[in-house]
Amino acid sequence: MACLKQRNMGLSDQIAQYLVSGLSTGAIYALIGIGFAIIYNGTEIINFAQGEMVMLGGMFTLFGLDVLKLPLPVAILMAVTLTTLSGVLFERLTIRPLKSPTPLSLVIITIGGSILIRGIAMLVGGKDTHAIPAFSGSDPLSIGSATILPQHLWIFALTVIAIVLNKLFFQYSITGKAMRACAANRRAAGLVGIDVRRMVLFSFAISAGLGSLAGIIVAPLTMTSYDVGVMLGLKGFCAAIIGGLSGGLGTVLGGLLLGVLESLGAGLISSGYKDAIAFIILLLILFIRPQGLFSRAQTERV
Amino acid sequence: MLKVKNINTYYGKVHALKNISLHLGEGEIVALIGANGAGKTTMLNTLSGVTPASSGSINFLGESITGLAPDRIVKNGVSQVPEGRQVFKGLTVADNLELGAYLRFCSRESKDAIRRDMGHIYELFPRLEERRKQMAGTLSGGEQQMLAIGRALMAKPKLLLLDEPSMGLAPLVVQEIFTVIERLRRDEGTTIMLVEQNAKAALKMADRGYVLETGKVILEGPAAELLENREVQRAYLGKDKKEIWER
Ligand SMILES: Nc1ncnc2c1ncn2[C@@H]1O[C@H](COP(=O)(O)OP(=O)(O)OP(=O)(O)O)[C@@H](O)[C@H]1O
Ligand SMILES: [Mg+2]
Repeated sequence: MACLKQRNMGLSDQIAQYLVSGLSTGAIYALIGIGFAIIYNGTEIINFAQGEMVMLGGMFTLFGLDVLKLPLPVAILMAVTLTTLSGVLFERLTIRPLKSPTPLSLVIITIGGSILIRGIAMLVGGKDTHAIPAFSGSDPLSIGSATILPQHLWIFALTVIAIVLNKLFFQYSITGKAMRACAANRRAAGLVGIDVRRMVLFSFAISAGLGSLAGIIVAPLTMTSYDVGVMLGLKGFCAAIIGGLSGGLGTVLGGLLLGVLESLGAGLISSGYKDAIAFIILLLILFIRPQGLFSRAQTERV
Repeated sequence: MLKVKNINTYYGKVHALKNISLHLGEGEIVALIGANGAGKTTMLNTLSGVTPASSGSINFLGESITGLAPDRIVKNGVSQVPEGRQVFKGLTVADNLELGAYLRFCSRESKDAIRRDMGHIYELFPRLEERRKQMAGTLSGGEQQMLAIGRALMAKPKLLLLDEPSMGLAPLVVQEIFTVIERLRRDEGTTIMLVEQNAKAALKMADRGYVLETGKVILEGPAAELLENREVQRAYLGKDKKEIWER
């Protein structure tokens, strides 16, 4: 009897631990997923290069730290700025020049662009994986029976701040409203004087910024290299699909759900299943509930 | 004020506007009438830069606006209230109106002036004020039409293009909207191009009119003359129907 109880305690401790790490990777997926959603809502493009922005965030930080010898906060700011500019450049060079884009040509060009960015990162930075120091040490803190790393707290805090700022921007600023107007009705947006192409550019910039932040805050836990964007991008895409490509709460919940399921699956079943879980969920959602798990009923009148 | 010369617009191979020329004087209300598919919407969209003309020229206030993007044309003082309202459904009524003034925000116009104009729109359409926090998609058709007009007015246009504002609305609401259109001209001197299926109501309010058929202007003249024209009466005002029926 006593023995059984102890095993149960052990299991619930473990689960608490998996929840902590699951929620923190989930927060990362949410940030990346929101980037997918912002671009999709503004342009109906699934930007398969979104994962590369995540990678660039980590790599630029590394560059700032190791090559330029900058202090960490400065390196992070620089990395977010440079990645945001990369997002702008990406839109200018790949999306805007297309004369009459079709969904297929857009998919091909964003995939092509992502391969190119990865290639450049590999040529410049090499194939090694690199570590970025944790923002404030790595002595675990214990909360109840689970332990939590300071980096986890950074991840939660910065993710919450980024998501809240993003929400405030879209809800209250005139530019944010204009971007929502483009998403709602492009033609009408043009007719009230909104420069639709400019809004497309902004959506790439914001997505790249959010993606880079995700890549930077996760790097101390997972290391970074030229090819981390592939998997992280797909996970973020999965989060966005679970959330019905909403730029808000749906995708956040999608990311958290995916992170927790992955972590539980890897811990309780086998770590070999970790990546498979995301793809299984992706396929299930696309087949069974393509509008996402949390989408509300339409309230619009036609 | 507006001079359109020999405009041709295509949708792929469909030749939607054929060599159209027309003009508008300052403060005029001009009606554009014609059957379904005549090219009325295309005409307005060509003026607004949504479907650019492949040849011909458009001059507004002495400047060429031919080939400009839609947002630049709004900047030049031409706003359109599109067919089917096309309000931003997921945004509130107040946000829709605010977005109408988007360019004024961009050019750093004082927020007070913009807010004052919003108050003016609420004066024109008190129902919008009651619903200002509601999503535009939850409004009735008539309210959406009011919102679409209000949104266009927030840009302070010199020329307002209206595409079938009466479409699908109850007679009382149509009357309310037409009253506002007349008030706009009287009080603010806004020049108006009015596209209507409801030819009679449009011509009664307008100074002049153009009749469009399969992409061509087939008739033009003072509204009163068009109202008396037998062609127009037969085709668009349904005057002779009764006699045919009696025969
Ligand atoms: N996007 C499009 N692609 C191809 N053809 C089009 C398109 N839009 C309009 N057309 C064609 O151009 C012609 C003019 O259409 P338009 O919409 O301007 O007519 P309209 O006078 O506004 O008609 P309605 O009274 O029904 O609104 C029609 O023959 C129509 O089929
Ligand atoms: Mg039409």
